Amino acid sequence: MAREQARIDVRKTYKLYVGGAFPRSESGYSYEVRDAKGGFLANAALASRKDARDAVVAARRAQAGWAGRTAYNRGQVLYRVAEIIEDRRPQFVAAVRSSEGLSGSRAEAVVDAVVDRLVWYAGWADKLTQVVGNANPVAGQFFNLSTPEPTGVVAVLAPQGSSLLGLVSTIAPAVVTGNTVVVVSSYARPLPAVTLGEALATSDVPGGVVNILTGDALAVGPWLASHMDVNAIDLVGLAGTDGAAEAATAMEVAAADNLKRVRRAPAAEPDWTREPSLSAMTDLLEIKTVWHPMGV
Amino acid sequence: MTAPTTHPGAGPGNGAAAADLDGVTRDDASLRRFLHGLPGVDQVGADARAATLATRSIKTTAKAQAIDLAIRMVDLTTLEGQDTPGKVRALSSKAMRPDPSDPSCPATAAVCVYPDLVAVAKQTLGASGVHVAAVATAFPSGRAARDIKLADTRDAVEAGADEIDMVIDRGAFLSGRYLQVFEEIVAVKQACGPAHLKVILETGELVTYDAVRRASWLAMMAGADFIKTSTGKVQPAATLPVTMLMLEAVRDFRLATGTQVGVKPAGGIRTTKDAIKFLVTVNEVAGRDWLDPDWFRFGASTLLNDLLLQRQKMQTGRYSGPDYVTVD
Repeated sequence: MAREQARIDVRKTYKLYVGGAFPRSESGYSYEVRDAKGGFLANAALASRKDARDAVVAARRAQAGWAGRTAYNRGQVLYRVAEIIEDRRPQFVAAVRSSEGLSGSRAEAVVDAVVDRLVWYAGWADKLTQVVGNANPVAGQFFNLSTPEPTGVVAVLAPQGSSLLGLVSTIAPAVVTGNTVVVVSSYARPLPAVTLGEALATSDVPGGVVNILTGDALAVGPWLASHMDVNAIDLVGLAGTDGAAEAATAMEVAAADNLKRVRRAPAAEPDWTREPSLSAMTDLLEIKTVWHPMGV
Repeated sequence: MTAPTTHPGAGPGNGAAAADLDGVTRDDASLRRFLHGLPGVDQVGADARAATLATRSIKTTAKAQAIDLAIRMVDLTTLEGQDTPGKVRALSSKAMRPDPSDPSCPATAAVCVYPDLVAVAKQTLGASGVHVAAVATAFPSGRAARDIKLADTRDAVEAGADEIDMVIDRGAFLSGRYLQVFEEIVAVKQACGPAHLKVILETGELVTYDAVRRASWLAMMAGADFIKTSTGKVQPAATLPVTMLMLEAVRDFRLATGTQVGVKPAGGIRTTKDAIKFLVTVNEVAGRDWLDPDWFRFGASTLLNDLLLQRQKMQTGRYSGPDYVTVD
């Protein structure tokens, strides 16, 4: 042993995040992830329809418990996610930088926006009911109350371009109101999503509330769109993909089978730095109205 | 990687086998000698063999056939203290038409209830061909006097049960009083009259695979029409290796005596994937003759829903959800 041996690299395996665990894809497939300049970054798991199926089962299992928590507690959990991301800032900055090809300061700004976005939604947790709910005046001896309720399991095809801010901006409004999500990350830029999964796993978010699949939204999306146990689907991630219009139409048709709520695919990816509207949350809510006898 | 097969007594294919089996139940000593003379089970080998059988991949048309066969083999079970006539009626309706949205979906084999609800089940099922099975003999512990167990059995048969699921006296079996267990099964079999008798071994309490093999032979020699793994009240319930051992036992029993006995794993089988593993094991260990609801059953409640979900997936090409099957 005269010569000093070079240290062997310990490379990270990028896996899925399903039901609070980090499984490899059931299919065994992975795909190469390249940085903005085309250099090799990592191999990411290529989620199959069966991974999507497992993720829906996990999301369904977690949904009642998550929706049953107090709104205040859900807000706290989301705030905790913001704290953890802040704590792991260098890791997120590096992931965004390599994936999106941003400069250091631009990547920092993205992570700032992500943390702020989470805090913004965390604040809405126990305020949304007051804003979109109502005590309706009715002609009779009744209290008539309309309150928003979570829709259930939400499938999200995450934005292809904005791999972290766009991702968080689609997940957070869904989960803050008590939905659970199955999200398919950006195909070309999945690494920030995997890192987010690792942050979620250590930040009081119950397993199964957020399930992250890395892979092709055009391959997995139709299975989620037709899945009878998915209650809503956000198609924003189709913007900018090849054949987006046809795919979006097909998925909307499939989604109609069990009357899913659909957030339609925009023509181009939205500017995620702008302050979001409430519709990101309210699109994924059901309004429940109860009549309660008065003075009995 | 094949587990040793059982060659009891004079061995299969030997013309003297049947005569030998008549002799072994003469008294306690010869019964013990016979049961303890059964070859020991290689536990590691049995587990490994069961694990390899569980790796088979059954897809497309074969899977569709397996799902339909599994549905036809289900003994739809409810054995709760809180069971009501209403629940049993609902369950019986479900047994006849598991998937009301699809008339091509076959009925289950039977409904399995406590004796006091047999009449309710019978009334709902009528002449549909779905059997009524009743657990009897002081289910699930089996700890009662023999005349009480026999009265329990007669009660269920008079109420219209087509099949009786009895439990063996594990206390007697584990302390080596084999003849007592044997005579009790014989007596219950007599009390059953025309009804089929399933003998529950409660393998979770028998501890060793050797004991499972002995109990299987004991029950078959006493005249069981079926041997059943568990009550569903004890963990572990029906595991694949235990079911495999029992399938070996019924196969060897038929070789030795010419009498075919059925097998019913019960408890803990919840998914279609599990059910298909059991079917693969039936085919590989006992053979095709047992791939029939007359010779193999699943004792289950939640399994049926998963089978229906998988069936809907295969028919429609999209994943179904728990909203589209009944909540039992």
